[in-house]
This record gives sequence, structure tokens and C-alpha cells, in this order.
Amino acid sequence: MRFGVVTFPGSNCDYDAYAALKRVLCAPVEFLWHGDSDLKDVDCVILPGGFSFGDYLRPGAIARFSPVMKSVIRFAETGGLVWGICNGFQVLLEAELIPGAILRNESLRFACQWVRLRVDSNRTPYTRGTRPGDILRMPVAHADGAYYADDETLMDLETSGQVVFRYVNAEGIPDEKSNPNGSRRSIAGISNREGNVLGMMPHPERAVEPILGSEDGLTLFKSLLGTTATGVDSPLRKRVVSDRGV
Amino acid sequence: MATVKGTVRVHFKDGVLDPQGKTIHTALRQMGYDWVSSVRTGRLFEIEIDADDPSRAQDQLREISQKLLANPVIESFHVEVHS
Repeated sequence: MRFGVVTFPGSNCDYDAYAALKRVLCAPVEFLWHGDSDLKDVDCVILPGGFSFGDYLRPGAIARFSPVMKSVIRFAETGGLVWGICNGFQVLLEAELIPGAILRNESLRFACQWVRLRVDSNRTPYTRGTRPGDILRMPVAHADGAYYADDETLMDLETSGQVVFRYVNAEGIPDEKSNPNGSRRSIAGISNREGNVLGMMPHPERAVEPILGSEDGLTLFKSLLGTTATGVDSPLRKRVVSDRGV
Repeated sequence: MATVKGTVRVHFKDGVLDPQGKTIHTALRQMGYDWVSSVRTGRLFEIEIDADDPSRAQDQLREISQKLLANPVIESFHVEVHS
């Protein structure tokens, strides 16, 4: 599987995603430029974290109309894998590839902390190496991260199994204290109905080596690469779902 | 071609949390303005358009509001054309 990481003006996690794939997972990965419409025949497009176009107007609102996004939208609609992380999640929401919107954190503070994510759906290519209920530790770093959708949309997301991750406490229960930004129903990540498009606020690419504090992000990359499910051809240590204190 | 000026006001829909508005409200009350009962924030765009047909200006502003200036999931907008 070949990956492409999009760089927008103001992206700042593009190199993190690139390094996670190239150096840690030894997977083929290329940068894609926001001003090009060429996706270089990759199998999975990553829209990285950062502050594309300075977060002007709304996070993701300007990036969503970049030339590259025309191709990304077409790619997603034909079943291509598109993974939006943090600012990339906001871009996906603005592009209406997944439903809802992101609001300023309820606390009005920039949330830079470790969170626990509970996997609520393993019916996506990103989570098929997990079991529902697994808890993954990853960092979040955002000022605008409160997921919002109206009641009807939320109900629809829940019933169709599109809620992929929720912020939870050590017991795996979503509560107010574990929710870093005021997201409705503690939602941290959702997919489209088909599961090929995933958007999430936390940063799996920043949790891929012990020195970073967690390797749980690898679970998602390895699910995509098909190594977790089969346990073959992985140069890496076996995944351990850690649950050290946050 | 005439230059037509207009404004677009974008504000959060009812029921969408506006923590900035809430914080400003709290600050105003702490300043003694306890008669302020609610604050909601929004955004104002002052726009000039080159209009072939000034009667279409309203529709043109509506179109760009829908497409870019407002996010219909969380925001409503109001367009005004100034003659």
C-alpha cells in the first residue's frame, strides 16, 4: 500500500505522518502538494494536522477548495482511502465527505494532552486490527476540536456504526473529564458510511515509538498495511494496547 | 459594470454552543453590566462585487455565503445589499 501525505500552507504534521510511515513502518510514502491535482496513484491519502491557511475563516474552510481536494473528493467517492487527522479532519468535514462540523474547544483553551480513545468500530480499514472496546493512548493538540452534529445526524452516525473513536476514562467510559474539547457524545473520530474515509482529532502519527510515550498509533497504520490482522511481514514489535496513566 | 456593496452576517445557529459569546457575557456581567442577558458572537463580511446586473447581487452574495462564508452545519447567514 502506497501513502500520500498532503501538504497545505500551514500544515505542520505532514512530516510526522511521513516519518511514521517511512522510518517506523518502512512503507512507501510521498508528499502531495495542495496546488497539484495529481495524487500520484497512491492508495491512501493522509490529510495531516496543522493550521492550513492559518485557520482563516474556519479551520479547513479554505483548504477544502485547494486543487488537490478536487482529486481527493473524487478519490474518496470512488472508494479510495482518505484519512484526515486533526486539521485534516476539519478539512474532511468542510468538504462534506463526513457529516458534522468542528467548533472551538468548549474550554476556549488549546488542548495539548494525552487522551484515551475507545475503539467503537473495527469495521473500517483503519481499525480492522482492533477489537471494539480497545483503548488507545494518543496525544491531541488543538484549539478547535469540539465535534458537533445535530441530534438527527448523531443518531444516524450511531446507528450506522460510523462513530469510530470516543474519548474515555481509564475504565473505557466516556465522561466529561476525559473529553478534552466538549465534543458531542465524546466523539473523537468518525468515518463515512462506507468506512473508507476516516476523520479524527487525535494524532496517531505522534504515537508510533516508545520514546514518544505510546505506540498505540501504530495499530491504525498496521491495520491499513494489513500486518496487524495477519501478524505477518511486520518488522515491528507486536502491538501492545497500553493503558498507562494519562 | 457597477460596483455593488453588500454585507454578509454569519452567526451560529440556535443550539450551537458559542463559548466565546458565553465568556464575553460572563465578563460583561463581572463588569457590572448585569442587564446583559445573552451574547452570541458572529462575523461580518463587507463585500464589493462587480455586478453586470445589480438586481442579481443578492443571489450572488447568497451563493458565496452558502459555498464558503458560512458552514450550514453550524451557521446561518444574512445578506444585505446596499444601493
